[in-house]
Amino acid sequence: MRKFPEYFTFWHIAGHYSLRFSAYLVLVFLMLPILVIVPLSFNAEPFFTFTEGMLSLDPDAFSLRWYQAIAQDQKWTLAIWNSFVVGIAAAILATGLGTLAAVGLASPWMPFKRLITALLLSPMIVPLIIIAAGMFFFYTSFNLVSTYPGLIIAHAALGVPFVIITVTATLTGFDRSLFSAGLSLGASPTKVFFDVVIPIIRPGVISGGLFAFVTSFDEVVLVLFLAGPEQRTIPRQMFSGLREQINPTILAVATLLVLLSIALLATLELLRRRSERLRGTSD
Amino acid sequence: MVNIVAKNMDAHKQQAGKSQPFLVFDNVKKTYDQKNLVVKGFDMQVEEGEFITLLGPSGSGKTTVLMMLAGFESVTSGDIAIKGQSINRIAPYRRNIGMVFQNYALFPHMTVAENLAYPLSVRKVAKAEIDSRVVASLKLVELDGFGGRYPGQLSGGQRQRVALARSMIFEPTLILMDEPLGALDKKLREQMQYEISRLHEQLGVTVIYVTHDQSEALSMSNRIAVFNDGVVQQCAPPAELYERPSNAFVAEFIGENNFIDGHVQSISGDQAKVVTPGGETVVAMAGQGLTENSGCRVSVRPEKLFIHPTSHDHDNEVTAAFITRIYVGDFIRYYFRLANGSEIIVKVLNDLSAPEFSEGQDGSLMWLTSDCIAFPV
Repeated sequence: MRKFPEYFTFWHIAGHYSLRFSAYLVLVFLMLPILVIVPLSFNAEPFFTFTEGMLSLDPDAFSLRWYQAIAQDQKWTLAIWNSFVVGIAAAILATGLGTLAAVGLASPWMPFKRLITALLLSPMIVPLIIIAAGMFFFYTSFNLVSTYPGLIIAHAALGVPFVIITVTATLTGFDRSLFSAGLSLGASPTKVFFDVVIPIIRPGVISGGLFAFVTSFDEVVLVLFLAGPEQRTIPRQMFSGLREQINPTILAVATLLVLLSIALLATLELLRRRSERLRGTSD
Repeated sequence: MVNIVAKNMDAHKQQAGKSQPFLVFDNVKKTYDQKNLVVKGFDMQVEEGEFITLLGPSGSGKTTVLMMLAGFESVTSGDIAIKGQSINRIAPYRRNIGMVFQNYALFPHMTVAENLAYPLSVRKVAKAEIDSRVVASLKLVELDGFGGRYPGQLSGGQRQRVALARSMIFEPTLILMDEPLGALDKKLREQMQYEISRLHEQLGVTVIYVTHDQSEALSMSNRIAVFNDGVVQQCAPPAELYERPSNAFVAEFIGENNFIDGHVQSISGDQAKVVTPGGETVVAMAGQGLTENSGCRVSVRPEKLFIHPTSHDHDNEVTAAFITRIYVGDFIRYYFRLANGSEIIVKVLNDLSAPEFSEGQDGSLMWLTSDCIAFPV
């Protein structure tokens, strides 16, 4: 236990502990809904509650049947497949476009920098429902509603702001004389871009790509508007699952998603450390 | 240093036979905003193998000239030609000009060897030759065995050596250095000055060097172009620049100098008779553009002044009041005040003859006519 300074009164100490208590309370509030679904997903019964057997830790009360159910239900396998296809394609598209945009916006000769930045970042600020409605009407004239390309483009547009932000952040630490140095050594601007600029801003590009993937992965509003039954993603399937077939399969999927999120977060953290190390040694 | 000068004199002689200078700036002008010229008509001819320094205060246009030569800035008007061929319309990456940057600009994600190999692999040199040239290059800058390290694992001096090696490894026609020693501490800077001089001597390459540090310029260059306000004030070898500055700016900018205000009484030949505010008459070398019956400034270096009773040949003598003296170690600096209030510094070697004064006491300062120049105001 920490030793308090001697001048501390009762109220100082009371304040210290109440601050601590409320901080823990907030953490519990954030974590509990996530933690609760993990054991429930191993429920042997088709209920959303803890059975007596589960509470007494009876091995028979736990099962993997809901995980098997995911694998057997064609709707779920299609949804998982769709989520990954759309997510990865949207992330690649957003990463390419976002990186190019960020590099262009970092150039000192870029005109209307603020206006263009605001436009590109607008998908983060404009309410999703408005974007979704707008895209729906826009897409109808191009026959893009209920198609994979339509959904991928829409999700890429949502992901671009994340890529721009992360890449811009790494570019602010980028020494422009490295580019000049590359040119003076005889490499064309394109070659310098791929040999020098990209490797140095790579951590920002990858974390931007991951953000774009996650954005697409848990997006449901655009999917509701733009996707047909063929393009249902995991969140969309969970959404209808909640209403149509109430069983712990949803919890099993949710648990898998939590694991995926933890893996992504860990990757981001590793990337951040790596970029810090690179920057620390570059000056 | 003697060696370098001798070698370059040879280079000059060989060059003298050819009519075509190696690098020519012809009335080069540069403006960024279409209103103010940053470089106002720069002319210069550089011979192959020369070490040229562009020296000047910040904002004087020297870096802009270098950037135009490298191709990172466009030339507003005028022409830059290498071996008789204009390079204005050649892209920077096709100019084959090596460059050393102030902050080294080493690629942090590549090892030292990869950094050195980059210009060669860009030029599609065979792998085996790249390897042998990288090894030779590391040896040249005395960094044998450092090839596998990353720039982040090197000290400032070592990074600058790598940057030097990288700018030379592809045998560029010309090497540009933009304040390459600016980020190093004093001791390392002196070491690297020697290193750069040695490489220049050994490889015989032409170097254009930009700095605002005059001691750097004086100790390394064959010729120095002093920039101020977008104009070259004087372009001359270091000794000439120091001994015979062509105007007051150069006299003040290069080394330490005293200025005595005066009035030109008469000019005869290359000498001018000047009356000081104290009513004394001194004879000085007449600077360019000096006219009779007008104001002037007589410049005289602190180390060229002598204080009575030190006996020495002298042509001029003025009386000044002693202010203070500062002990520096190998010499002593005396501060005097003239009748019009301006200060005069005298550098005296620290030996037994260094005179003692009390504050306000008058002393006689003496010097030779050949050691002072009268510039028009």
